[in-house]
Amino acid sequence: MNNIEILMPALSPTMEEGGIAKWLVKPGDEIRAGDLIAEIETDKAIMEFEATSDGIVGELLVKEGTNQIKVNTPIALFRDEASATKEKNLIIKKTNEPSTSKANPLELKASNSDNTKEITNSIKIFTVREAIRDALAEEMRADQNVFLMGEEVAEYEGAYKVSQGLLDEFGSERVIDTPITEHGFTGLAAGAAFGGLKPVVEFMTFNFSLQAMDQIINTCAKTLYMSGGQMNCPIVLRGPNGAASQVAAQHSQDFAPWFASVPGLKVIQPFSADDAKGLLKSAIRDPNPVIFLENEILYNDKSASSKISDQLIPIGKANVLIEGSDVTLISYGIGIKHSLIAVELAKDVDISVELIDLRTIRPIDYETVFESIRKTNRCITAEECFPICSIGNHLSASIMENVFDYLDSPVLNCSGKDVPMPYAKNLEEATLLNPKEIFDTIKKVTNRD
Amino acid sequence: MGIKEPINTYLEIYEKMLLIRRFEEKAGQLYGMGKIGGFCHLYIGQEAVVVGVDSVKKKGDQVITSYRDHGHMLSCGMDPKGVMSELTGKKTGYSKGKGGSMHMFSKSKDFYGGHGIVGAQVPIGAGLAFANKYKKNKSVCFTYFGDGAANQGQIYETFNMASLWKLPVVFIIENNQYAMGTSIDRASSTQKLFSRGQAFNIPGKLVDGMDVLKVSKATEAAAKDCRNGNGPYILEMNTYRYKGHSMSDPAKYRTREEVQSIKNKKDPIENFQKYLLKKGIKEDEFKKIDQKIKTTISEAADFAIESEVPELSDLFNDIYLEH
Repeated sequence: MNNIEILMPALSPTMEEGGIAKWLVKPGDEIRAGDLIAEIETDKAIMEFEATSDGIVGELLVKEGTNQIKVNTPIALFRDEASATKEKNLIIKKTNEPSTSKANPLELKASNSDNTKEITNSIKIFTVREAIRDALAEEMRADQNVFLMGEEVAEYEGAYKVSQGLLDEFGSERVIDTPITEHGFTGLAAGAAFGGLKPVVEFMTFNFSLQAMDQIINTCAKTLYMSGGQMNCPIVLRGPNGAASQVAAQHSQDFAPWFASVPGLKVIQPFSADDAKGLLKSAIRDPNPVIFLENEILYNDKSASSKISDQLIPIGKANVLIEGSDVTLISYGIGIKHSLIAVELAKDVDISVELIDLRTIRPIDYETVFESIRKTNRCITAEECFPICSIGNHLSASIMENVFDYLDSPVLNCSGKDVPMPYAKNLEEATLLNPKEIFDTIKKVTNRD
Repeated sequence: MGIKEPINTYLEIYEKMLLIRRFEEKAGQLYGMGKIGGFCHLYIGQEAVVVGVDSVKKKGDQVITSYRDHGHMLSCGMDPKGVMSELTGKKTGYSKGKGGSMHMFSKSKDFYGGHGIVGAQVPIGAGLAFANKYKKNKSVCFTYFGDGAANQGQIYETFNMASLWKLPVVFIIENNQYAMGTSIDRASSTQKLFSRGQAFNIPGKLVDGMDVLKVSKATEAAAKDCRNGNGPYILEMNTYRYKGHSMSDPAKYRTREEVQSIKNKKDPIENFQKYLLKKGIKEDEFKKIDQKIKTTISEAADFAIESEVPELSDLFNDIYLEH
């Protein structure tokens, strides 16, 4: 008998686990290559999953509704037709019995297919994705002039499912699918902003914002100044920024320092769901152009998911996430995810790290940074961008100019490497910022290496 | 006919065109004296386009254009003193001396600039039209660009969206025959710019941009279409600039004879004056207008020269709007 294991497929670059939303076959069914066998719920969408070879369905190893199944976990057994025929009846009988397969589905917790999880004390935990969607919806309810435009934001509900449900609620006049023309629609949105509306423009990824750079820099950022204060541009430009997973050089880069260098723009890069919501709401209410840098990996990330305080978070205020006494670690965006791990590693060797989430990259909250350094006397920075002209470089200079006398050691910067993002998994890992590098740098700056 | 109530309105049209001409001549002088710096693009020769378009503009309609913008500002009623002061970099200028010739705005006059990057104002103009449609206010945005900008990619991205969403925008192509020093036949694979919207189902029309009445009539029809929800519309205004692209342009790419011949035969102001004389308007009326404009321009220049430069303390103001 020849069993074929059907494995949980990776259906997007960042998918690490998924759920079985629905089985479309039952044991004993004869399957042809190309037949649909299940609906798989990913972090972005519910997708149909096809059989790649002919066979007979043997066991379904995972129950419908099961979530958090790691990619490559066996989810079903198929038999090829020759060996299957004589055992067909036997298989059907076994269907509803618990499986003893190596995937051990008993360990997989069946949970609600909704991403919003209820934890024991019944405080709702939101993903960053939900936080952003809720911020958009709340601001659109509050102000008729707020509208969302971008590629696939309406009928497709967002390439990353961020605008889910918005078309239904607000209609096609306020949730607008655009052609794939970033330069044009960014300029158009800027004009709408000058005309009294409050556009939120989604870039499918910020890599595509390069197409629109002239309108962002020369129109959105500068017109207020060039008009002697007459014409402000209340626009939010948002979307995923930075590396996802193995999407290579043209789709993996962090633009925070690019935008942060331009007077007239405000630049936000949140980490947690709570910050994402509170800051996006502030961004939409701000009368200036705001670059809002999201991160595909964080959309559904557990460490970034949080309860929501439902308060506006002011632009330009950093947050001391963890208090410590030996060294200040300054980070933002996905850098915080890695930093949180590094802080734990440091704790194990008795180094007390103060972790600051900048949250806003322009204007930077210098005072919170300086205050911390006056206490710890040491500082490192951690971010995903290229190393040259990074925010860490800029902070190093500012710290030297302002609190030099408080430093016991030079400020050290961690960042992505000085190379276009490679595709191969191992090379990509070697390029990206990671917790170990941050931890090693913490040890170095505290003379513990 | 676009222009209503002939006699008075006709004289206003004449006055506006002449105001622009005299203003630009003065700006050229001040540039030569070193009172105006940077880039300065004069509108002389093209006056009939903007004045003709504005003759049918309604309250609430917006105007947006490129960096050859002095005529558009004067035509929409901005104060020559404020415009000239901006040219001389004074704090009394429309942009407090921070924008200069290419970057001036007046929200109260619905003039949205004054944009220095070739073609960039075109999607912005469509965005203003988008706001009109969103607010259902029936206003139209007149979006100007030149024959040079007509080859910019973002123009076609904008045509596509404007047509897809039926935006109330009239695209006015001021074809003055030269994109800086490159004549249209050397830069454009097809020279019928009015037909550039065909692929997007946008109607287009070629108009004699040296004849203010023809400009007015064509614009009235186009704007009406847009107001009725049938926008956008393209009007190619065939026109000519007498001066160089900017003040530093030696204009070697065309002959003096070519320029002289257009001035002799096609001058929009002279020809309109002849038309009005034939209609029975007396010489005296024109003399009065000439004198009035002379005074206006002279006062504007004096004001611009005498005004204070911006305070250094204002350098970092207006980067962000507080709220």
